Amino acid sequence: MITYSFLQHYWWFIISLLGGLLVFLLFVQGGQSMLFSLSKTDDEKRLLVNALGKKWEYTFTTLVTFGGAFFASFPLFYSTSFGGAYWVWMLLLFCFTMQAVSYEFQSKPGNFLGKKTYQVFLFINGVLGTFLLGVAVATFFTGSEFSVNKGNIAGLGAAGPVISQWQNPLHGLEALFNLRNWMLGLTVLFLSRTLAALFLVNRLDHPALEERSRKYVLYNGLPFVVFFLIFLIWTLVSEGYAVDPATGAISMEKMKYLNNLIEMPVIMAFFVLGVVAVLYGIIATLLKPKYSKGIWFAGIGTVVTVTMLLLVSGYNNTAYYPSSYDLQSSLTIQNSSSSEFTLSVMAVVSLLVPFVLAYIFYAWRALEKKRLSLQDLESDGHAY
Amino acid sequence: MELLSTSLVTWSRAQFAMTAAYHWLFVPLTLGLGIIMAIMETVYVRTGDEKWKHTAKFWQKIFGINFAIGVATGIILEFQFGTNWSNYSWFVGDIFGAPLAIEGIVAFFLEATFISIMFFGWNRVSKKTHLTSTWLTIIGATLSALWILIANAWMQYPIGMKFNPDTVRNEMYDFWAIVTSPVAINKFFHSVLSGWGLGAAFVTAIGGWYLIKKRNVDFALKSIKVGAIFGLVSFVLLAVTGDGSGYQVAQKQPMKLAAMEGLYEGKQGAGLVAIGMLNPAKKSFDDGVDPYIFKIEIPKLLSLMGYRDINAFVPGIKDIVEGGYPTKSGEVPLSFEEKKERGQKAIEALANYQIAKKEGRDADAANFQKTLEENYAYFGYGYLDKPEDLVPNVPLTFYTFHLMVVIGFYFILMFAVVWYFEHKNKIQNTKWLQYVALWSLPLAYLASQFGWIVAEVGRQPWTIQDILPVNAAVSSLETSSVVITFAMFALLFTVLLIAEVTIMVKQIKKGPDYSDNNIEA
Repeated sequence: MITYSFLQHYWWFIISLLGGLLVFLLFVQGGQSMLFSLSKTDDEKRLLVNALGKKWEYTFTTLVTFGGAFFASFPLFYSTSFGGAYWVWMLLLFCFTMQAVSYEFQSKPGNFLGKKTYQVFLFINGVLGTFLLGVAVATFFTGSEFSVNKGNIAGLGAAGPVISQWQNPLHGLEALFNLRNWMLGLTVLFLSRTLAALFLVNRLDHPALEERSRKYVLYNGLPFVVFFLIFLIWTLVSEGYAVDPATGAISMEKMKYLNNLIEMPVIMAFFVLGVVAVLYGIIATLLKPKYSKGIWFAGIGTVVTVTMLLLVSGYNNTAYYPSSYDLQSSLTIQNSSSSEFTLSVMAVVSLLVPFVLAYIFYAWRALEKKRLSLQDLESDGHAY
Repeated sequence: MELLSTSLVTWSRAQFAMTAAYHWLFVPLTLGLGIIMAIMETVYVRTGDEKWKHTAKFWQKIFGINFAIGVATGIILEFQFGTNWSNYSWFVGDIFGAPLAIEGIVAFFLEATFISIMFFGWNRVSKKTHLTSTWLTIIGATLSALWILIANAWMQYPIGMKFNPDTVRNEMYDFWAIVTSPVAINKFFHSVLSGWGLGAAFVTAIGGWYLIKKRNVDFALKSIKVGAIFGLVSFVLLAVTGDGSGYQVAQKQPMKLAAMEGLYEGKQGAGLVAIGMLNPAKKSFDDGVDPYIFKIEIPKLLSLMGYRDINAFVPGIKDIVEGGYPTKSGEVPLSFEEKKERGQKAIEALANYQIAKKEGRDADAANFQKTLEENYAYFGYGYLDKPEDLVPNVPLTFYTFHLMVVIGFYFILMFAVVWYFEHKNKIQNTKWLQYVALWSLPLAYLASQFGWIVAEVGRQPWTIQDILPVNAAVSSLETSSVVITFAMFALLFTVLLIAEVTIMVKQIKKGPDYSDNNIEA
């Protein structure tokens, strides 16, 4: 039975999945954040840039699609969060804009800013892009200060016609004053760096870099696990934003997110599996010197874990984008979604997604038949 | 009702205009050069002539440089609807979001995936797979243009939706009406063709430069051969779709048409201004000052273009403000004041509906809903204050429109001449034509930008025609925040543009790599 409620849940799943894929693909950003520390010579740096440079567009495109899909399925989030937490999103966009030219331009003569500047752009995108995204997503659990009053546009509000009003003058930067948001920001930063190290272990034909990447799995895997556990436990034992399914009223519920996991055992099972897969990918790489498949486990594990975490934030009568300023303004998958018709149209479009994944898989394989070496760069007409 | 400050609206518009204008510096070249390089590679695969391969590879390198900055300037545009046009995003997100999402799912991934094979696959996949990837890259780029233009067309001509007073937004009920809207189809062809025309002008200009420098002659002639035919066809079709745009604008956005022509007082059998100069002393639509210092008209053409009837009445700005002018359907258009009153009635009914619903007075709510529906067609007018709010910037719209048209016809002539000389093998020795080809390139960029200025400035004050003006669509932000982000992006884009141009110039000076060592064994 395809009901309105089913479609809302379906679309929250798609958004969560896109979020999961995006966080996995942030390994490109993670790699960029290690551009200067992981490489010791210019050649090594060049190899890193080229290994990551074949993948950056996937991350970028996933981010754009994530935005578009969110707009189409939950437009009230788009208008409330983007228009309100203005500075967080603008800084994120700014550092992704910097990234988009940096691979293509850095080694070309006449590039005006010099190679180093473009590499610094990549570094900034690597650090800020991951950290800010983590902070922004953390507010799905910790809340933000905004109000939504649809009557405003009809002149019923005192603050003018805008429906969604941010109530903190810092417009999103106030999220940085919340320690729990920092925990998720740092989690995403170190996760992306760990994934990057695992990716490089798998993809590079360069013993010194591969060896160093293995060490980086440890250096970044440890802080990742620590920050992740702090964020996770803190969130599970904190109050969460519960929705009364009958009236739509929002109230605080003790250990809401833990309850969600318990009440949705399938999601809990996948969540645990995802976490285990990530940990397995990391630990196996650390313990077995020849092992290079860690990225597969950690990558897929990341997609699953993040997807489940986002499902927990929106399923089981939970407000996924809560307002700590005005509880009843909190966004739920019911009150912020598109109409049933639009969700149905988009559900049909979403049937194309497996097809898209299939050709991405094909293209990825076609270009990755063997590991990347410095010699490849010499013979490649489009090396950076 | 208290509306947001003018400076916030102005800066939000400025930011959108600046980012869109930058983005559109790069997109047309992607669209046009993409097809051209794919044609060249197709010739290579069919003939096996390595020279065509090098020609295609050179243009792919230029394509890649341009593509990167196109991507960089594009991401802000999508998110900007949310960040700076928050009310807009909710009010019409149910319709507008869908094409953006489809653009990502259907087009961007196609583009991003196959461009990597195009760039990195020369030695890794077969010739045919490579060619297919090149075509899929450009098909992806064109599809992305399709979906974003469908979205833009819907803003200019909203259809397939109904207002829902409970959710306080417009909701889609007919997806196909939106996708196949005549405005969307025309806009798609006109915009994509403009990209093709620009791509052709680009390739021809660079070819001309090589000929002037007497180097890479074979490459230059090959490029000019493809560029000239492709350019000629594109610009002829641009004239056809341009005429289609004019017709659509006359039907759906008469005010825009009046601004494009500087037409204040409408008339029957109106002529199209061929060349003209506006009178700067004209300050208001009803001050009686002659709007032109001089003009040369092509008689009856505006009526013919707008209404397919040489004697049709074309309303001017004053007519549209005052209403009551003759129309084909016999319906008498309302004046601005009447529309404003109906708009206010609709907004008030929406407010009363919400209060009644809250208080459980369902019968009252039903009455208010009826009033709302009766007046909804003019909803946006309720946010406007005075008749002048309805009038877009006439000089900007007028001059950009006419310059675009003149440049368009100039290119038909230029490409015809270039094609003739190329065909007769004379272009190599015709210095003046090589210079003409080179120095015409900026004109193509200008015309391309002008087109969007006409489309977007000409539709002011509307984000959604008649439904939502800019002052009710913006986000609630401090003006200073928008000024800062405007400056941040303006600076970054300018720096990146300089880098792009200098990189391209270097690559062009270096020229195609005929001694290239990547030829498959």
